[in-house]
Amino acid sequence: MWNQLVTKPASRWTEATGPYPEVVLSSRIRLARNLDQVPFPHRLPDSQAENVIKQVETGVKEINLMGLPSKVELYRLADRPSLDRQVLVDKHLISPQQAGEVQGKAVAISGDEAVSIMVNEEDHLRIQCLAPGLQLEETWQTVNLVDDALEQKLSYAFHPQRGYLTACPTNLGTGMRASLMAHLPGLVLTQQAGHLFRHLAQLGLVVRGLYGEGTEASGQIFQISNQNSLGKSEEEIVQALQVVGAKVVELEKESRAHLYRENKLHVEDQVCRSYGVLANARIITSNEAMRFLSDVRLGVDLGLFPELNVRLLNELMIQMQPAFLQKQAGEELDAVARDVRRAQLIRERLAAH
Amino acid sequence: MQCQRCGSRPAAYHQTVIVNGQKQESHLCENCATQGGATGLPNLSIQQLLASFLGQGANPFAGGGTPVRQAEPTCSHCGMTYSQFAETGRLGCARCYDELGPHLAPLIKRIHGAETHQGKAPKRTGGLVRMQRELSGARVALQQAISAEKFEEAARLRDRIKELETQLQAGGK
Repeated sequence: MWNQLVTKPASRWTEATGPYPEVVLSSRIRLARNLDQVPFPHRLPDSQAENVIKQVETGVKEINLMGLPSKVELYRLADRPSLDRQVLVDKHLISPQQAGEVQGKAVAISGDEAVSIMVNEEDHLRIQCLAPGLQLEETWQTVNLVDDALEQKLSYAFHPQRGYLTACPTNLGTGMRASLMAHLPGLVLTQQAGHLFRHLAQLGLVVRGLYGEGTEASGQIFQISNQNSLGKSEEEIVQALQVVGAKVVELEKESRAHLYRENKLHVEDQVCRSYGVLANARIITSNEAMRFLSDVRLGVDLGLFPELNVRLLNELMIQMQPAFLQKQAGEELDAVARDVRRAQLIRERLAAH
Repeated sequence: MQCQRCGSRPAAYHQTVIVNGQKQESHLCENCATQGGATGLPNLSIQQLLASFLGQGANPFAGGGTPVRQAEPTCSHCGMTYSQFAETGRLGCARCYDELGPHLAPLIKRIHGAETHQGKAPKRTGGLVRMQRELSGARVALQQAISAEKFEEAARLRDRIKELETQLQAGGK
């Protein structure tokens, strides 16, 4: 199971199957939970940390009775090589912090990688559900049921007025962060993204640029999430983001259409040049690759590459990361060697389509 | 542009974070950026954010200066002090919320713009919370009913209180 986790490039969110996968890469919801009567992880002695892991293990058994599509298994991170842990970070299954200091830490992951539970990260539990495309409500239903299953075995720290108690007061209340990963080249190229993000901020949403050189210049993938966790119900938070997400999709699609209508030749030129680089480069940095993949992704949506699909591009985004490249190579590689292998990987996967 | 952190290499990663309409930019070289995380993004520290919420000098217990310092609030359960919290942005245990409570309440309100949880409650322990709430409400209502000589109402409430007490003793079952 573990071996599959760290070697296959496909993950639940790369499937590109949900609504609007050409804009929304993934919907994600995480819940922060802590055990009652146990110090938070950053003040937790190693002996007690193991005890928390054991308790979560019994909770995981309950999850496996729920009838999820695949089984959840728990792994102690100290037993796993650092390269493997880094692959899980690239797949968004654990946080960089969780991959770094591993003593007393664990993660439980479902076979399809839709559910992951970090143990002893900032909070005792960080329960996460991921789905491809824009489907926050479905994602909430799943994570809610997983939380219920765990709670049958675990006593959560909960206060009637303050809600779920978290190590950092910024997560207090629902302990929930709902987020969308969205590819917004249309809004960026038509220079509407900054404007939109300011509006989103007024609605209590946070926008982070995700990849590469100048969040507005390349990668063009953004993460949109709720800012506050206290004072609104989970359903309200999810619905608000779902509605905003649908609006962002609409605006992005309009921008793409407008762009293509007004500058057809320029758009085709840029997209096809980017494809040309990816299909032919012998050395490519991840920054560069992200930028060109972003263009090709736009090209796929505009119907310029009927033989390509978004799913392949999603997988490449994971496969071309340093950890994954080194895992495939079976050895540590320096930056130049990685750039060479990355170029080769992209060439081969594009040629196979 | 040079990297903001090491100052020696050219900046290759540029990040703009907008929180509540406030724009924060960072420019890092590849080396420094990768140290920040696998995505090549520096980790925006929550402590920095919290510190800005706390504002300058908002921690009345930090540093000397005043000859007679107020006794610093400390969590009797885990030993966390308010200063330690202000430094790390993290509390020590769930009880800290009660023990450091009066000093945290304004902060929580500033972060979330709200004070009261509206969402989900745990089914087991949350059920107990709900029962306890109903029980204390019923006890007050019983007193009122008796003084208003509404005996039918009072009898109904008495039965409900007994029921709730038995359930609570059995651990909510």
